[in-house]
Amino acid sequence: MLWSNFPYLLKGAVVSLQVTVFSIIFGIILGLFVALGRLSGARIIRFVCAAFVEFIRGTPLLVQIYIVYFALPQLGVQLDPIPAGVLAIGINSGAYNSEIFRGGIQSIDKGQTEAARSQGMTYWQTMRYVILPQALRRIIPPLGNEFVTLIKDSSLVSIMSVHELTFRAKLVAARTYNYFTMYIGTAIIYFIMTFITSKLLGLLERRLRISD
Amino acid sequence: MIKVDNLHKYFGRLEVLKGVNTEIKAGEVVVILGPSGSGKSTLLRCLNLLEKPTSGKIWVDGQEVTHPKVNIYKVREEIGMVFQQFNLYPHLTVLKNIALAPIKVRQKSKEEADSIALQLLDRVGLSEKALSYPRQLSGGQQQRVAIARAMAMQPKVMLFDEPTSALDPEMISEVLNVMKDLASEGITMVCVTHEMGFAREVADRVLFIDGGVIVEEGRPSEIFNNPKSERTQLFLSKIL
Repeated sequence: MLWSNFPYLLKGAVVSLQVTVFSIIFGIILGLFVALGRLSGARIIRFVCAAFVEFIRGTPLLVQIYIVYFALPQLGVQLDPIPAGVLAIGINSGAYNSEIFRGGIQSIDKGQTEAARSQGMTYWQTMRYVILPQALRRIIPPLGNEFVTLIKDSSLVSIMSVHELTFRAKLVAARTYNYFTMYIGTAIIYFIMTFITSKLLGLLERRLRISD
Repeated sequence: MIKVDNLHKYFGRLEVLKGVNTEIKAGEVVVILGPSGSGKSTLLRCLNLLEKPTSGKIWVDGQEVTHPKVNIYKVREEIGMVFQQFNLYPHLTVLKNIALAPIKVRQKSKEEADSIALQLLDRVGLSEKALSYPRQLSGGQQQRVAIARAMAMQPKVMLFDEPTSALDPEMISEVLNVMKDLASEGITMVCVTHEMGFAREVADRVLFIDGGVIVEEGRPSEIFNNPKSERTQLFLSKIL
């Protein structure tokens, strides 16, 4: 039962991973800028970024997906399901990432910034060559947890009929009435993906620690 | 080379510098002495604008660095700084620590920056450490690298903010020797330190700061042997 549908589900898992990876990339870029905004000298930028983070963290991801996919079209912004999912999950993840980045950046000694600035480096040069390379080592473990979370959260795009893992499982289950096998099987596939991801991240973390 | 005119600095409501005036000539080695909390480090950090002066004017090499339209990055390129805690970049090798700013700020080629870095490492006696990381060095070695790093920008002025205060006693002299070597080269140096031997031997002039103002200044022999102000006498009696 599960085996005959396995290739079909696996194709869905690939879609799930695609949504995850694009969301992660978007979330990291957004998170970095929001983090820098929260550390900015300008009060208004700090406020806007803090408000963004609070709002995103204080509302359900499912509702955020509804807003992007169903509410934005009424304002004339129509997105296909997958880009809509990536946008919503990426924004959501960006808010959480920004806190991770902020913590990482703030954990770097102030003397590092002063040394770089005293040599005539600009804000961006200081960030890029001195602060971020050091912060990254501290950011990777919590960021890894965020990756794992996103693999699971990607299942939410099934509500937009994206043919990813969860949606395909639902289709097969509805057709065959074999809910138990299909959903347990699907859960196991998700687990394998998250388990491998966290093991790989653990490996990366150890390598970084050795080079530290 | 440096002129400071009526410099005031507040931290919140606390007035740390209460109108500092001084002038430092090119090639001069000036040591700033004073009790802790007297404002000596703040004065030094105002010179390269790591602290923003509340009021007053500062000129470095003919340019008013406190002017609102000044390019503060350009100003800092010409002013090297050495910190109490070294502040080397821990993720970079010694060589890259020194070559980073020349490459990124001075736009030098990697080859040129590396060759400058190696020359300077040779000068501070650490050629064999070029590929080590800062954590593999002793405090004294790290501070010598930090001096080389500052010198790699070929600055017109070098600022030293208590460069030996975080060092074990047996490592102080190796750092002071590098500083003496620089002083003999004729680079302008401003140095906050508690090393009286260094001040006596190397300084052209000593500024004694207390309570946010320059209480007394003069040649080291005058200040140490014949201090005029009571506060200077009291300070010296405690540390000598």
